[in-house]
Amino acid sequence: MTERLSVQSIPKLKSLFRMQWEPAQDAHVLLYPEGMITLNDSASEILQLCDGKQDVLQLIAKLEAKFPAAGSLEADILEFLEEASANGWIEY
Amino acid sequence: MAGSNIEKITAPRWLLAELTYRCPLQCGFCSNPLDFSRYKQELDTEDWVRVFQQAREIGAVQLGLSGGEPLVRQDLEVLVGEARQMGYYTNLITSTLGMNEQRLEKLQKAGLDHIQVSFQAPEEVLNDQIAGASSFLHKKRMTQAIKAAGLPVVLNIVIHKGNIDKMRDILEMCIELNVDYVELASAQYYGYALKNRDLLLPSKEQLERAEAIAHEYQEKLKGGMKIFYIIPDYYEKRPKPCMNGWGSMFLTVDPEGLAQPCHSAKLIPDIEFPNVKDHDIRSIWYDSPAFNHYRGYGWMKEPCASCDEKEKDFGGCRCQAYLLTGDADATDPVCEKSADHGLIEDAVACAGQASSNAQVFLRNRFNSEKIG
Ligand code: SF4
Ligand code: SF4
Repeated sequence: MTERLSVQSIPKLKSLFRMQWEPAQDAHVLLYPEGMITLNDSASEILQLCDGKQDVLQLIAKLEAKFPAAGSLEADILEFLEEASANGWIEY
Repeated sequence: MAGSNIEKITAPRWLLAELTYRCPLQCGFCSNPLDFSRYKQELDTEDWVRVFQQAREIGAVQLGLSGGEPLVRQDLEVLVGEARQMGYYTNLITSTLGMNEQRLEKLQKAGLDHIQVSFQAPEEVLNDQIAGASSFLHKKRMTQAIKAAGLPVVLNIVIHKGNIDKMRDILEMCIELNVDYVELASAQYYGYALKNRDLLLPSKEQLERAEAIAHEYQEKLKGGMKIFYIIPDYYEKRPKPCMNGWGSMFLTVDPEGLAQPCHSAKLIPDIEFPNVKDHDIRSIWYDSPAFNHYRGYGWMKEPCASCDEKEKDFGGCRCQAYLLTGDADATDPVCEKSADHGLIEDAVACAGQASSNAQVFLRNRFNSEKIG
């Protein structure tokens, strides 16, 4: 948990949070005790793969395959995961 | 007023279901109505499920199951299950009295997302004295059981003169119990709390000491347990943006079905709040005169009407304005710009002089029937 995030890390959404599609927001949201965060598309794409079963490398590969036009996503994904972990959304 | 800003009405996000006002505790800071014992015609399971469904359809996503003590309702598990199915994030707001390991397991199976446990103090004698009932050891045991079951716990403690000097012990207890969030919620002066205000409002010095400790722990625990400290608005220069604006995101339904924009709004006379037995939630939220009454800014008087901060705080709390000034349209007296701000200063002075021997007016049936 204290070690730095790397491509071998296996990120997982913390049990405090639940992600779901909210028609009223027209977006995926993160729900947690008494609160809600509305996610943008890329955040929700990444977080959906934070299932505690795959490492960051696999996650990058999946997203690059899904969005071939976007080019290399590694830097963006790592940056987002760092932020998500600092916010306490994910653990790895 | 109503109709003029209809296009700006946002969807509700929060549904607070006050399932019952029955409660085995007697906290002197309880914000339930003084005459809570009159509420005998509680909504039944079917009514609540319909309310959940209708509120969900128009956008509510956070559901607070509250009271009183919601565990008193024997259909709580059913309600949690239905709500979870609809996609709510379900928050149970409880003292844990009425819970045991079996019931916890049932609630968890039903899909309960989170439990907010209230404590009164970080030690048995003081806790039980404030709660007016033996409860501390049970709360502790159940909090451990909830954590062990893997459910998130928010530990909520109402802060007031009688426990604020225990801030360090409170936070140490939270660490020991390994809770996820801590809510240090200053007593808010409605219902019983207003009646007991002299005995509850801490002094400025007490507040500053406690705040410093809370900040120290916030720093120390960064990235781990989150600590929220809500200071008493009596020491603020501006009022709180109550409910983020009347009818903007928050919907409360009381035990008998009265729908309101906040849990104390019904104390305001001259507003007729709609009942969920007679109206559906969509029409209550969008069309009822009660929910439109304080939407927007058209209702404001001076100094709020021409104030450049009105979009920040919406003129403060309507209930507080009414309780303190007798006029629900007035500027919340917490605001320094209010002509009635002296009322707040007087209250602070009064609380400073209150005798330490004075008795808290406990929230119980006897007292409720006496004044209700
Ligand atoms: S504040 Fe105390 S008395 Fe009031 S409902 Fe909560 S636990 Fe019961
Ligand atoms: S005068 Fe009214 S709007 Fe302005 S800061 Fe005070 S309460 Fe808020």
